[in-house]
Amino acid sequence: MIRYLLSRMAHALLLVIGVSLLAFLFTTLAPGNYFDEMRLNPQIAPETLSALRAHYQLDRPLPIRYVSWVNSVLHGQMGFSFAYNSPVAPLLLVRAKNTLLLTITATLLAWAIALPLGVWSAERLGRFPDHVISWSTAILLVIPDLALALGLLVLTVRTGWFPTGGMASVDFESLSSLNKIRDLAMHMTLPVAALVLSALPLLVRHVRASVADVLHAPFLLAAEGHGIPRRTLLYRYALPAAANPLLSLFGFSIGALLSGSLLIEVVMSWPGLGPFLLEAILARDIYVVIGGVLFSTIFLATGNLLADMLLYWVDPRIRAESASR
Amino acid sequence: MEPILKVENLVKRYAKRNFVGMPQDFLALDGVSFTVSAGTTLAIVGESGSGKSTLASCIACLETPTAGNLWFEGRNLIQVAESDLRKIRPQIQLIFSDPASSLNPRWKILEILIEPLILQGRLSRKERNTHAFSLLERVGLSSDIVERPSSELSGGQRQRLAIARALTLDPKLLILDEALSALDCSVQAQIANLLLELQSSLAMTFLFITHDLTMAAHLADEIAVMSQGRIVEQGPSTKILRNPGQEATRQLLAAVPRLPHATFPATQQ
Amino acid sequence: MASVLEIQDLHVSYRSREVRSRPVLSGVSFDLMAGEILGVLGESGSGKSTLAASVLRVLPPNGQVEKGAVLYEGHNLLQANPEELRQIRGGRIALIFQEPSLALHPTIRVGEQVRQVLAAHQSSPKNVLNDRAREVFTHLFPQDTDRIMRSYPHQLSGGQRQRALIAQAIACSPTVVIADEPTAALDPVTQAEILGVFRSLRESLGLAMIFITHNPALLSGFADRILVLYAGQVIEWGPAEAVLRLPQHPYTKALLESLPAISAENEKSRKNKLPVIAGNSSPSSLPRRGCSFEPRCTVRMDLCREFEPPLVKLGKLHIVSCFKYKE
Repeated sequence: MIRYLLSRMAHALLLVIGVSLLAFLFTTLAPGNYFDEMRLNPQIAPETLSALRAHYQLDRPLPIRYVSWVNSVLHGQMGFSFAYNSPVAPLLLVRAKNTLLLTITATLLAWAIALPLGVWSAERLGRFPDHVISWSTAILLVIPDLALALGLLVLTVRTGWFPTGGMASVDFESLSSLNKIRDLAMHMTLPVAALVLSALPLLVRHVRASVADVLHAPFLLAAEGHGIPRRTLLYRYALPAAANPLLSLFGFSIGALLSGSLLIEVVMSWPGLGPFLLEAILARDIYVVIGGVLFSTIFLATGNLLADMLLYWVDPRIRAESASR
Repeated sequence: MEPILKVENLVKRYAKRNFVGMPQDFLALDGVSFTVSAGTTLAIVGESGSGKSTLASCIACLETPTAGNLWFEGRNLIQVAESDLRKIRPQIQLIFSDPASSLNPRWKILEILIEPLILQGRLSRKERNTHAFSLLERVGLSSDIVERPSSELSGGQRQRLAIARALTLDPKLLILDEALSALDCSVQAQIANLLLELQSSLAMTFLFITHDLTMAAHLADEIAVMSQGRIVEQGPSTKILRNPGQEATRQLLAAVPRLPHATFPATQQ
Repeated sequence: MASVLEIQDLHVSYRSREVRSRPVLSGVSFDLMAGEILGVLGESGSGKSTLAASVLRVLPPNGQVEKGAVLYEGHNLLQANPEELRQIRGGRIALIFQEPSLALHPTIRVGEQVRQVLAAHQSSPKNVLNDRAREVFTHLFPQDTDRIMRSYPHQLSGGQRQRALIAQAIACSPTVVIADEPTAALDPVTQAEILGVFRSLRESLGLAMIFITHNPALLSGFADRILVLYAGQVIEWGPAEAVLRLPQHPYTKALLESLPAISAENEKSRKNKLPVIAGNSSPSSLPRRGCSFEPRCTVRMDLCREFEPPLVKLGKLHIVSCFKYKE
């Protein structure tokens, strides 16, 4: 067990290091840098520019810059943002919090809807209710996230039910605690709805497929033959047996917590990691970009690790298999 | 005469680790030795877990034994070069117990039969097809099933097909690992007859691994009893049945379900 | 003696896209006495597993009961409402499926699987259920009881899994147990052990049992009566000794003759061809009219091709479905 855990963690660590290297390489090797914009400004002398570049060590060889960047990461700063004139880490953290607020809510909601819906559909496989679910998930899958988000925005603009962007109203600070929460909830509704609608179809289809596979397995029929009630059959027998692919999917959901909402955040002006990174990419604020990528990778690796651990814990056959290696 | 197969002190150990990573090796074969004369049938009987299937895999060169020697037609398969082994392997064929999982259910029967020939690369397309049809006839399958996928066959038909495929490369030794166990009793009789007929017409040697002592006694010239990775007793079938020497043999014999001694009179009217 | 289970004229068919409706059981009727072991002898395609599943209505979705009744304690199970049915399943009539490695849930410990069956039928508190589960396990696994209870199916041997299935079946003390090929994948020593377990259960609990198998030898000295199924029909039914020693139906006779006999005297018969039944019983080769065994029968008459043979009573307890006999 411990061997398994350690080997998986080693894999995750290697992944993060590898990605950081590649991210660093690609962003620094990409043409252009932060100060190119300033070059167009006739008021700034070229000497100032070169002085700035030397100050930020932009002319040093790549390996040295990588090492000093790693050093900075280990000190909790993750490099320096040119645009904001501050270490990257605190900037990312604030934005990441906002993103996570959105994505955690959306992920939990999506799974909470997908599980019963998928099970319900699998029970009625091939019949009319199942066809309805199949078709609607297929249509939702095909609609691009952008179209979904914009569609929701148009709806809200027309009806005025929800605020059309941002995270807080203008007078947020002056509200009572209860109203603060209400205000936040109102602002969250649209982006969360968009995220849920885009994640739901895939989840429902996977739950439906895995459960349908299991519903006609001999052990389920045998349990039915023993008089096990329907509810227990579904949730204590069928679902755990169908869990393996779903746990992997769940790990992936966790992994995408930071990265999956970029588009929605930009469209709905939610002050999360998405718009921040977009801005940094456009401005060539490289350390912010690399930092953001690293952050997302850590989440992804953690998500996969979590899925592996859950699988190991839930399925005794995987435990037995890894013991015999 | 030199025996066609000689197994000498075969050992097979499987390495396993328990949950804290400590080794917990499993000894499947613990020094197995026996010989088989050409053109005869040796039955290897024993209870589950006695190592019979591991033995079959080792002799068929699907697994490498941890120690011991395996002589086939005078050559030691453990020490022979890989290129030579590739030529020898087709002469030892293995038939498994589950007819469904040893055949690709989507492939047509003809494809299944000619695949070994394609891999060997010897014959032309026409020659291969002719060979396939003659094999089907030999095992008692009608040739109009060739275009059907193997999933449409019954259990008995699948085993016939498995035997036909095994015969494609003219093997000298056929290992049947519980090949009849999954079949209905009446179908077992049919396949048993087929095996007897093949043995007499092709002078094949059979290694019949089973826990069905009745069928073993019927088909085999000699019986070897396996228990916990070792051969505890070996001898001519009738001798083993009349005078079982070892406790393991006695236990097996005692456990065999028997019909009451029956006489089948002419039908009443 | 009262019959505890009665099957009346059961007709079951399977529906698929290719074939509209394929009959799997046609007019099966028999009864089971209290404390009796009835051996149902049938090969692949005879409908034996369908029979087992039909009693408790656990057929796969494409299975359909067309006609007939299953009477248990006076009620027709085929018309019972879902809750009544659920209580009878496992509680009064238990079904042991084929393939113990498939019939047990792969990721639930076997002790828990038995507890679940108990919980489904008794609303006792948890510790009472635990005690009862432990009692059942001790009965079937006198040694290592706790370790077995905590094991997962893949950690047990074939024989142990079979015993775990039996534990599930008898946990609620049913009156009838239907076992579908319970010893198929086991070696003879374990097979004999399991048969012994069933015998002792019959003695201690007064269980009535339907034991389904394709191997006639297993039923010798074990079953009280034997019912022979062929192509979904009952073709012979009588006392075990009678059916095995003096089989009346041509199929039963041919089946018994095709078994190799283990006998120290039979040196001559060794390595001789066994008498086999020509042809096969696949659905496509069954005749549309007349006796379903007729194409393969060695004593067939013209009559057999045209009409279905009636059930003829030979003596008080032995019936056979063949034109050769008259009452």
